[in-house]
Amino acid sequence: MSIVTVQLGQCGNQIGHEVFSAVCRDVHGTHGLCSKKENESYHDACKERFFCQEESEVPVARAVLVDMEPKVVSQTLSVAARSGSWKYDDRSHFCQKQGSGNNWANGYSVHGPRHKEAVMNLVQKEAEKCDRLGGFFTIMSMAGGTGSGLGAFITQCLRDAFPTSFILNHVIWPYGTGEVIVQNYNSVLTLSHLYQSSDALLVHENDVIHKICAQLMNIKQISFRDVNQVIAHQLGSVFQPTYTEGGSDYSRNPLGDLMETLVPHPEFKLLGLRNIPQMPENFLAYSTFSWPGLIKHLRQMLIANAKMEEGIDWQVRPPHLGSSSRSTNKPLHFNTSIANLVILRGKDTHSVDLGSFRDPSLYTSWLTPQDAFNAWRTPRAFNKYEKSASLVSNSQFLLKPLDSVVGKAWNMFASKAYVHQYTKFGIEEEDFLDSFAVLEQVISSYTIL
Amino acid sequence: LTRIYPLFAVGQCGNQVGCRFWDLALREHAAVNKKGVYDEALSSFFRNVDTRSGGDGADICKGKICSLKARALLIDMEEGVVNEILQGPLRDVFDSKQLITDVSGSGNNWAVGHKLYGCQYRESIVEKLRKAAEHCDCLQCFFIIHSMGGGTGSGLGTFVLNLLEDEFPEVYRFVTSVYPSGEDDVITSPYNSVLAMKELNEHADCVLPIENESLFDIVNKIHQMINSGKLGSTVKPKSLVTSSAGGARAVQEKPFDAMNNIIANLLLNLTSSARFEGSLNMDLNEISMNLVPFPRLHYLVSSLTPLYTLADVNVPSRRLDQMFSDAFSRDHQLIQADPKHNLYLACALLVRGNVQVSDLRRNIERLKPSLHFISWNQEGWKTSLCSVPPVGHSHSLLALANNTCVKPTFMELKDRFMKLYKKKAHLHHYLHIEGMEQSCFSEAIASLSDLIEEYNELDATKGGPRADPPRLKIAV
Repeated sequence: MSIVTVQLGQCGNQIGHEVFSAVCRDVHGTHGLCSKKENESYHDACKERFFCQEESEVPVARAVLVDMEPKVVSQTLSVAARSGSWKYDDRSHFCQKQGSGNNWANGYSVHGPRHKEAVMNLVQKEAEKCDRLGGFFTIMSMAGGTGSGLGAFITQCLRDAFPTSFILNHVIWPYGTGEVIVQNYNSVLTLSHLYQSSDALLVHENDVIHKICAQLMNIKQISFRDVNQVIAHQLGSVFQPTYTEGGSDYSRNPLGDLMETLVPHPEFKLLGLRNIPQMPENFLAYSTFSWPGLIKHLRQMLIANAKMEEGIDWQVRPPHLGSSSRSTNKPLHFNTSIANLVILRGKDTHSVDLGSFRDPSLYTSWLTPQDAFNAWRTPRAFNKYEKSASLVSNSQFLLKPLDSVVGKAWNMFASKAYVHQYTKFGIEEEDFLDSFAVLEQVISSYTIL
Repeated sequence: LTRIYPLFAVGQCGNQVGCRFWDLALREHAAVNKKGVYDEALSSFFRNVDTRSGGDGADICKGKICSLKARALLIDMEEGVVNEILQGPLRDVFDSKQLITDVSGSGNNWAVGHKLYGCQYRESIVEKLRKAAEHCDCLQCFFIIHSMGGGTGSGLGTFVLNLLEDEFPEVYRFVTSVYPSGEDDVITSPYNSVLAMKELNEHADCVLPIENESLFDIVNKIHQMINSGKLGSTVKPKSLVTSSAGGARAVQEKPFDAMNNIIANLLLNLTSSARFEGSLNMDLNEISMNLVPFPRLHYLVSSLTPLYTLADVNVPSRRLDQMFSDAFSRDHQLIQADPKHNLYLACALLVRGNVQVSDLRRNIERLKPSLHFISWNQEGWKTSLCSVPPVGHSHSLLALANNTCVKPTFMELKDRFMKLYKKKAHLHHYLHIEGMEQSCFSEAIASLSDLIEEYNELDATKGGPRADPPRLKIAV
């Protein structure tokens, strides 16, 4: 089954491009560390998922590029074409000239309805090119106007037009110290709207990825490109082909499988992502890791809500089971999970013991650890890492960041600053209040886990 | 298929600055656009006209550059400055349909500019406006350049502002206004400025106030640095923010040229991220969105750095950080105000050149502690990264601050106005113009007072911790 990617706004398009590049590079790389047959199956599965092969041409990404200003899409298309190894469909993009002015209301209420038909036509065309549609993957930032506002509108349209398809929104949280002054308003409006129409929100925080670039990748002058490449690597580590438990062929339905394992309840849709190990490419040849070590670190990253493999707080422990009131006896800083998914790639993955992730004390009581935890594996190494492990988690990972964004937005809203910029385009104070209410509910739900 | 920014230069000052602007814009695009192809960046300020058939040819949207025409309207009620432009090296950049001139001038009288000439030239301006807009497939924002203290720039300039709002209500209006200093030799400049301020309050989306004193200080500083021999021959002449080197102007620079070049550079840097590519783009409408928290508080303090660059190209991190520090130093500001001791409502950093997001973040972290931001916008930074640096530099920074430090500037203006108004000095020159009444004055000063009061209220929130408002409670 194929995934149609919708790249929205500058951020969405820049990241989307890095994702397809990373996936293509991985597939054509020679470090698969597995049999030729395995490699070929992997290759085919990946192709089906992300690309469309038109005769003798290079693979064409299954994507729709949308932006309200022309420069980024134009650049993205040409850089991809110049790579010689893949490209976008020349017609599968939609641009305007005005931009959205970092204004969610402009993106949602003005550009959305105005350009709905054009954008959805492109999406329909891409969907029709798929033998079997596995769902939609949208990439957007919350901070600006197009990715956020138009993105929220388009997600709604996708839901209306494809009621039974899976929709996964990849959402980028901006740096805390500001890229856009009204980013907290835009974020609140985006998240509350996505929550209604999306199946799950997979989140990356710029601050976190920036730290990874600085401390793990040793990059001195970090650019957005560096950040985007780390994000692309992490996404690739989740969406490249794998075998689900007991499967003998590469899974055909990644989005569906993801939703099934991670989103048991519609109130809980926030997914965080962790990937280890991460290091500069030139270190790879000199590093060896053991699976027990990687699994131990990944588990502690989950429990202690660590953002990367350095600086993990090893003091945090799961609560003791069997205590009378679970929630009050919970140790501080412990990250409770609803469901987790671990993905292992590379050498000896079949023999890795993941028992520690099935520990019931990690989870809420609604699901048995059997259901709450899943693992996907493949012997095929990813992106030159001999061993690579990823964790996609529906847990309290994003509770604090969410609470912080809502808090700051509320603080600003109390003084009514900038609200006139939104009412100008049809988003009223009432709409803000509704959005705040939705998110306070989400915060509350995740808090009492 | 691109955003365009028509520019209206009104009055003597406006046109002198405008002229420098187009010259430097051409220089900038010539440096970047090696193939002579008419591209999107160029089209934001220039049309490409096919003049082979003579006269006003059709616009060519792509392909080789044929003849570039500025997207502009040059308006002046006396002919000297405009004529000079038309006889100078930029004469081919304008065609006669883009000019509106008269002979007698406005006598430093806002009423003459706004009411008399406004009325007289209204239709002509609207017609030329519509024609100019016709050529544009996407009007994003209008720029007006003028001075506040005289008659034409101030009066007719704000009349044009009104017209733009009526004819194109959805297009943003950015105004670059040169404010008179206390020692201005035009006695009635306070009247003209306050009357114009009312129009700016009500009809402009964003105003960049500029004070001649600041420009003068910057020019002096540069001359001192050069003459002191400290920099020797290591200063790149083209890189001076005051320089026209490499532009069309081969003749001896006029006294105001250096100062006007600074304003021209301001406009180039303001629009760079919209014209050229970068990892974090910023359009003009984003400036308005992020920097204007309440509709009337739209006056932005600008500072530009570097003012010149040394010849060596390798810029280590420390020098880059110095650029950020400079942007927050009063030496680089284009108005005489004190943002560090007042309250920031919002701040934007428009960076050009080889600067990455980590450099931005490091410097914001470093500078934040010494700046006071209003309680509800503690992280109120808007940033953009444009890959293309200005001519002669490896990088540059334009900082735009919405800060209550403009309040003293406006209060002084109000005082100077009241000094004259109390004595009814020179009022008769204004009141005998048709359409002008005493109420124009009282409304104008009321508008200014209200604006000052809005800044006062925000200032009152400064100092002393405030409890965050309690969060929305929902039924669990």
